[in-house]
Amino acid sequence: MAGDSVWVLGTSMTRFGRYPELDAVDLGAKVCLEAFADAGVTVQDMDVMAAGTLFQANTSMGQRIQKQIGQTGIPVFNVTNACATGATAIRTVYMAIKAGEASIGLAVGVEQMGKMGLLRGGSKEEANVYEPAGRYGAVTAVDGVLGTETMPGVFAQAGMAYAYDNEGVGFEQFARVAYKNHLHSTLNPLAQYQKEFSLEEIMGSPVQSYPNTLLMCCPTGDGAAAAVLVSEERLRSMPKRVQKRAVRIAASVLTSDPWVESGQVQPDVNTLTRNAASQAYEKAGIGPEDLDLVELHDCFATAELIHYDNLGLCERGGAGDFIDSGAPFRDGTTPVNVSGGLISKGHPIGATGVANVFEVTTHLRGEAGDRQIEGARVGLAHVIGLGSSCGVHILEKAAA
Amino acid sequence: MASTQQVPIVDYLRIGVRPYLRASECGNCGARYFDRRNACARCGRVEFNNARVSNRGVLRSFSIVHRAAPGIPVPYVSALVETEDGTTVRSNIVDCPPDPEHVKLGMKVRLATYVAGTDDAGTECVAFGYRPV
Repeated sequence: MAGDSVWVLGTSMTRFGRYPELDAVDLGAKVCLEAFADAGVTVQDMDVMAAGTLFQANTSMGQRIQKQIGQTGIPVFNVTNACATGATAIRTVYMAIKAGEASIGLAVGVEQMGKMGLLRGGSKEEANVYEPAGRYGAVTAVDGVLGTETMPGVFAQAGMAYAYDNEGVGFEQFARVAYKNHLHSTLNPLAQYQKEFSLEEIMGSPVQSYPNTLLMCCPTGDGAAAAVLVSEERLRSMPKRVQKRAVRIAASVLTSDPWVESGQVQPDVNTLTRNAASQAYEKAGIGPEDLDLVELHDCFATAELIHYDNLGLCERGGAGDFIDSGAPFRDGTTPVNVSGGLISKGHPIGATGVANVFEVTTHLRGEAGDRQIEGARVGLAHVIGLGSSCGVHILEKAAA
Repeated sequence: MASTQQVPIVDYLRIGVRPYLRASECGNCGARYFDRRNACARCGRVEFNNARVSNRGVLRSFSIVHRAAPGIPVPYVSALVETEDGTTVRSNIVDCPPDPEHVKLGMKVRLATYVAGTDDAGTECVAFGYRPV
């Protein structure tokens, strides 16, 4: 075992949902205190903190949370990276520990979205007088005229581009992804929605952006998740019972989108995920066949399907067969999104990348209750934020 | 009758007798951009030329949008078109029923322009889409 590994010492998340009576600071403070308790440490132990939020990115979220949990004067990194914000918070603390600047640190991700509805896509306002503006010299709003800027539409196009290139991928395969994740969510008390739907109900629910129907889209919501990370050296000084529950971070990777020809009109969610996955597998010294569970970024059903391929969970071009075969169901060969995924568990954006590390950690500790994947030893957490940014963490059950 | 003034919806649409899309093309690697770039995102060089994008292409991907921001008429078909000269363009599919029976991956399409609105000065905004051929 590498002696300079970074470990997850403690973790917590709120149930995702709607908390109109609380604010984002309340949610963040709650999970930080819970993560400390889970780790057997206090705020006095922390050397560094990273706080992720998207919609309140300019509000000193980390410092505001510190005022609820303890102001000890440690450095705070407030981070934002679209839907990869939470993973970026984790990676920030990871890098501080790896660099030897800290031995233990706190990563927290929070978001309070309420019912935001569609993200992106401007309302149409007829200009009084046409004047070119912006980088494209647009004289009026172009969303809905020159294609779509809405998230369900952009990710629908990502899925349909995969369908263009590969046999056996269509509406039904995308719908089956949502069927699986809704089914999985019924075992997760932390999921925003915990209801099974039939394939017919999913395919028959209102179309948002074909092929994504309402039940194939993640909801907006509120939530928070936190993780305490620790250096291997510091971990070894801790009680055996604490060491026993620690989970090793075998790989922590963050990538951005390299140039591709179509990238200026359609965000490329594939290449940066492929790059992150291959770097992560190499660092961890494992392959996708070694994974006991995967939490990947299913903001829409179309997204999950293409990430089977991007993460190497299936053969190149084989994502349609992969879902049809049942492989990513919780009793399949590579369980994917046993939490219910973003589609059912929810997607309070800043919290998401920490919450999927929480999920994998909980399974590796054998503490996932009804949804436990028995004997899980290795798991992967993936998020992608448009812009674009991709975070991949591989976690391993191992004795310190 | 006074001739009506027209402006393109975006500056990379060139209107006139034969409308087309104009891209800024990297003088080194040929990567094309619809907005101004300081340097090529692919190779880092800073010399650009204007290039005329082919009006013909195939439907590489699409989504039929049924839910959009207030004021935007739905359903409409958002498309990614790969032109014959290998440039990907995003716009709507026009003159085609917005359903999966009529919108087919791989179908051949061609640039089409139309008047998308008129401002208070009477100037028309010309937009572009792609029409099945």
